Amino acid sequence: MADITVKINGVELSVPKGTTVLEAAHIAGIEIPTLCYMKEINEIGACRICVTEVNEGRGFRLVAACVYPCSDNMEIRTSSPKVIESRKKTLELILSDHDRKCLSCVRSGHCELQKLCKDYGVEDAAKYDGVKNEFEVDNSAAHMYRDNNKCILCRRCVAVCAKTQGIGVIGANERGFKTYIGSAFDMGLGETSCVSCGQCIAVCPVGAIAEKDFTKPVLEAIADPEKTVLVQTAPAVRAGLAECFGNPIGTNAEGKMAAALRRLGFDKVFDTDFAADLTIMEEANEFVERVQNGGVLPMITSCSPGWVKFCEHYYPELLPHLSSCKSPQQMFGATAKTYYAEKMGLDPKNIVMVSIMPCTAKKFEIGREDQSAAGVPDVDYALTTRELGRMIERAGINFNALPEEKFDDPLGISTGAAVIFGATGGVMEAALRTAYNTLTGGTLIDIPEVRGTEGIKKATYKVGDLDVNVTVASGLSNAREVLDSIKNGTCDAQFIEIMACPGGCVNGGGQPQVPMGIRNFVDIRAERAKVLYDLDKSMPVRQSHENPAIKQVYEEFFGKPGSHKAHEVLHTSYVKRSVN
Amino acid sequence: MSSAKSTVPFKGTPEQEAQLLQVIEEKKDDKGALMPILQKAQEIYGYLPIEVQKIVSDKTGIPLEKIYGVVTFYAQFSLYPKGEYTISVCLGTACYVKGSGDIYNKLQEKLGIAGGECTPDGKFSLDACRCIGACGLAPVLTVNEDVYGRLTVDDVDKILEKYA
Repeated sequence: MADITVKINGVELSVPKGTTVLEAAHIAGIEIPTLCYMKEINEIGACRICVTEVNEGRGFRLVAACVYPCSDNMEIRTSSPKVIESRKKTLELILSDHDRKCLSCVRSGHCELQKLCKDYGVEDAAKYDGVKNEFEVDNSAAHMYRDNNKCILCRRCVAVCAKTQGIGVIGANERGFKTYIGSAFDMGLGETSCVSCGQCIAVCPVGAIAEKDFTKPVLEAIADPEKTVLVQTAPAVRAGLAECFGNPIGTNAEGKMAAALRRLGFDKVFDTDFAADLTIMEEANEFVERVQNGGVLPMITSCSPGWVKFCEHYYPELLPHLSSCKSPQQMFGATAKTYYAEKMGLDPKNIVMVSIMPCTAKKFEIGREDQSAAGVPDVDYALTTRELGRMIERAGINFNALPEEKFDDPLGISTGAAVIFGATGGVMEAALRTAYNTLTGGTLIDIPEVRGTEGIKKATYKVGDLDVNVTVASGLSNAREVLDSIKNGTCDAQFIEIMACPGGCVNGGGQPQVPMGIRNFVDIRAERAKVLYDLDKSMPVRQSHENPAIKQVYEEFFGKPGSHKAHEVLHTSYVKRSVN
Repeated sequence: MSSAKSTVPFKGTPEQEAQLLQVIEEKKDDKGALMPILQKAQEIYGYLPIEVQKIVSDKTGIPLEKIYGVVTFYAQFSLYPKGEYTISVCLGTACYVKGSGDIYNKLQEKLGIAGGECTPDGKFSLDACRCIGACGLAPVLTVNEDVYGRLTVDDVDKILEKYA
């Protein structure tokens, strides 16, 4: 497209036609603050924090930089006194109806509103105090709460729910001063068809929505001498946790994370990656069985509890397509409380299984039916990456100075196939590595076609004399497209991987929040996924079926994949749910 | 959380539903179809309870929350039916300075409902209205076609008794 010339704070710059004032300033190295703006997802110009002075020949005036396109010869002032004054006043007005309990707020220290107030020198938070809205906190969902007293009505959560995830269970109700974000007929979130993905939390600029915090009972369990407290960490957590301690996006935290968990007092520090390998053994076997015995195809992965719940609410007729495998989190807990308990002579009732997850839907998943292999819940507490970050901080552990440590044996042994579970396409790649070996005896490792952050990826592989068509989707609006193609008969895939969050678990709803000013210009999905693919490349074993601990657990306990015992412990069932 | 689901039992008929389905069928592929569909739905049922909004949601694929957001945004839509007796209290300037606000509050308290709602037995619904052109009688309220003027808060009980 043709270039146009603009002058930003006196400096000339050439930008493509259609560039917004915000983007032009970014190119010039100036970050204009935003609150409501999410590139391509929420471009509504509503919050007025980004106002900037522009002159198009008729004198300078304030426009919303996030949605205002540059014109040729436009002059732009990004931080004139008028601009600063306007932004400061907007902040003061937001604060006039904001619950300003910053000291006890979960977002304190990394709140986008708090930072702007500091940046713009808001000294009198009560300047425009008057009538205030008072809202009840919604605690009805298993995974999160909503405290609208802290909501600034930016609508980022609404946009991500409706557009990115194609769900739309939250929105703006009422109008004017009475406007609030909620669900239809004021249902609590737990009564709606919310799938618990937590993408709304990941994009919230303030502390209005957050995961339910279970760090206290975990610390109590650690302090209880009767209990053996085991911890497992999902693949994607190691790709995000370091951000809680000031490290750049895309820092590998695996070794320091294991060290920190040990210093928090967990009895054994294990790795969900072990169970990811186990999942592959069961899932690849289930796939081969379905192909050979004329079972329901395409088969769809079941690792992502947000996706599973989505299917139960919105596509219940497709539930037979879901793999019956439990997710790695649940397989891990089930194996720990049966096989490991037996091996170590522990009573499953005295094992407290804690998981660290990049995910909020995992908090819902632990309370599902048919997830109690040893007669007690497979997993007792599912914490997010953010909760672990807070625990480490509170314990005074100097994370960045920790040595790199290893996971404990035997449930800490894993492969490169397992660690890529945390990125979109990773489960598919891992499954294909093992399925290929099962069917041909050969070795297939790198499968680049299913990598990358596109929402929907398709590929065909020759496995023996079989052409296997695979499809990978992440983000539930992309999943809808794939599911609709199954329904209308245009889907040619035999095997489909779906993850609820765009880019997979690395961008999960439980990962550290990244300010939108950064997210709008950096693809955090790709940066974090790179950590996992680099780890995969560096691992000595990169196929699940070659994991020595996996071989051992089948020899000593399960027999073979798909055995009666494996079905009892590692597989589950699904239910139809309504849409609200 | 308090739920704004109407406590008046839904009494929609199959004829009304057939009418609504036909309206949706005609309009659902139009751009901006939601407003006209909701206006017609309110014409058919008199109000837009969850049962009606769910039909609209199921047939158009628009999430229920989005529909509810539109319904609560516009004053023209109501979540509650009209009662057998519709009480309108004038909150126009003249009536308001003569104390109609207190009368309105007293009615909300006596009936146990907020303005815009209907009692669970379907008997009374309460609304605020603007000037009805009887400022000389301020403060004024109407019950269906009956007009009551020069009221005090103490008159509320007597008026309600007449319709009990």
